Amino acid sequence: MKKVFGRPKSLTTEKTIYCPGCGHGIAHRLIAEVIDELKIREKTIGIAPVGCAVLAYDYWNFDVTEAAHGRPPAVATGIKRVHPDKIVFTYQGDGDIAAIGTAEIVHAANRGENITVIFINNAVYGMTKGQMAPTTILNQKTTTTRKGRNSQSDGYPIKVCELLSSLEGTTYLERVALDSVPHILKSKQAIKKSFRNQLEKKGFSLVELLSPCPINWGLSPQESLRWIKEKMTLTFPLGVVKDKT
Amino acid sequence: MIKKVLISGNEAVGEAAIRAGCRYYFGYPITPQNQLTEYMSWRMREVGGTFIQSESELAAINMVFGASLAGARAMTSSSSPGISLKQEGISYLAGCELPAVIINMNRAGPGLGNITPSQSDYFQATRGGGHGDYRTIAFGPSSIQELFDLTYLAFDLADKYRNPALILGDAILAQVMEPVKLKKIKKRLPKKPWALTGCKGRKPNFIRSLYLTPGVLETHNWKLAAKYKKIEEREIRYETYYGADSNFFLVAYGSCARIAMGAVMEGRKEGMKLGLFRPISLWPFPYKALEKLAEKGKKFLVVEMNLGQMFDDVKIAIGNKAKISFYGRPGGGVPTPKEILKEVKKR
Repeated sequence: MKKVFGRPKSLTTEKTIYCPGCGHGIAHRLIAEVIDELKIREKTIGIAPVGCAVLAYDYWNFDVTEAAHGRPPAVATGIKRVHPDKIVFTYQGDGDIAAIGTAEIVHAANRGENITVIFINNAVYGMTKGQMAPTTILNQKTTTTRKGRNSQSDGYPIKVCELLSSLEGTTYLERVALDSVPHILKSKQAIKKSFRNQLEKKGFSLVELLSPCPINWGLSPQESLRWIKEKMTLTFPLGVVKDKT
Repeated sequence: MIKKVLISGNEAVGEAAIRAGCRYYFGYPITPQNQLTEYMSWRMREVGGTFIQSESELAAINMVFGASLAGARAMTSSSSPGISLKQEGISYLAGCELPAVIINMNRAGPGLGNITPSQSDYFQATRGGGHGDYRTIAFGPSSIQELFDLTYLAFDLADKYRNPALILGDAILAQVMEPVKLKKIKKRLPKKPWALTGCKGRKPNFIRSLYLTPGVLETHNWKLAAKYKKIEEREIRYETYYGADSNFFLVAYGSCARIAMGAVMEGRKEGMKLGLFRPISLWPFPYKALEKLAEKGKKFLVVEMNLGQMFDDVKIAIGNKAKISFYGRPGGGVPTPKEILKEVKKR
């Protein structure tokens, strides 16, 4: 009998610590499937962020390190310059990439580092239990915006793909979502393209995944998927923001 | 005849790094170490290495973190305010047990302070510097030759102990030019089976400093402590001048030790039995050697370009065994040999 589905080799058998309905598990798996399909597991080096996904090295079956909060693009730069023929990717959350690590992502992108960035946007600080993120949408309630994010006092959600698109060093920027099966399949295509770009030395690629965080959103897993579709995508429209390939 | 080249401290550090096999330098401009960053910008490319002028000190130290975990010899340099910013990364390097060499051409503080020579970062250099329970090897050279030699050595020690090593200089050492005998370019560097290079033919490697399970971090900290103890046993460096016949010792390191040596020579001309104890490794500090020197009847004057930081270590070493006093100039004040001698006579 032909085997049609199984665990990717790039995933370990470890059980994840993620909450029910969390998007990290799906994102981890998509990355693992892509790495398997491109046959690059033995030459991939991943960088886990500070945040819920800090334990990613327990789940991925290839070389992984962790970086200080916000610094994965700088760490990736160091690794990639030492091993230009290895595949280097960062896995970063919204606080990591768009708050504390804004300088690092902007300048790694501007240098056109030939790396892949997987950006998990769940509009909230997950690991610290639900504070406002730089990508929290207007009127969204968090533990530090109890009446909802107010642009007057809290500023506006940052659109990372659009922000980076003006930089000449960026090659490929796409926003996808993990809210439905078709979108998950689309997400995988985008992730695959971002890794293939690196293999073909095309330069800096970033894929932003709108990802559910039911616990911190105060919604059920089902409602969370609907919230991505009905609310989040209004602020963060899906699609290719830039593609120079 | 031994061939020497006339170079500044900043250039000596850069050339020492290149010759020690460092091919990755990441830096951000700050005075008084800019010539080092500039030197590396062309010299690294000449030897096929990588130079990146980073967007910040944070980025620079994290690029060092990346290059180091990938198995390469890497360095960054800065001066006091920039070193404060790098402390986050230095703590992670220590936690992950990654080798790296960090240069601090100490300027005066606190805050932005100014760019004059100072030794105000002694505490930061010798007590870990960032958050967490850790140590970094710290050397305080007092000549350009020593700056070259210790930078060269720092790469070996960093690799040997998988620990960051720091060179503490200042504006004098950074800018002054002296003849230096260069060492050969290292061809063979230590193998690093722990590095992240892609898991071909082996199990995946992980580099991390996070240990969430209770007790596991404590075990990791004890492992680090054992390593620090080993460094304390093996890597202490110091020099004693006129140790045999002196009854009064100056204790000074770095460029301040050069000035103190001037005072010793002047004092000896006047018939004083004056000597100098010069710590070269600031961590590990030569406590035992200093304690041994503190026999009955001897006096010690600690001279620093700060408000008294190494003074604490001298007190730990000597305790009540001898009379210890301090003379220092903070905020970029540089004492003269005459000034120091005057202080000796007061005591």
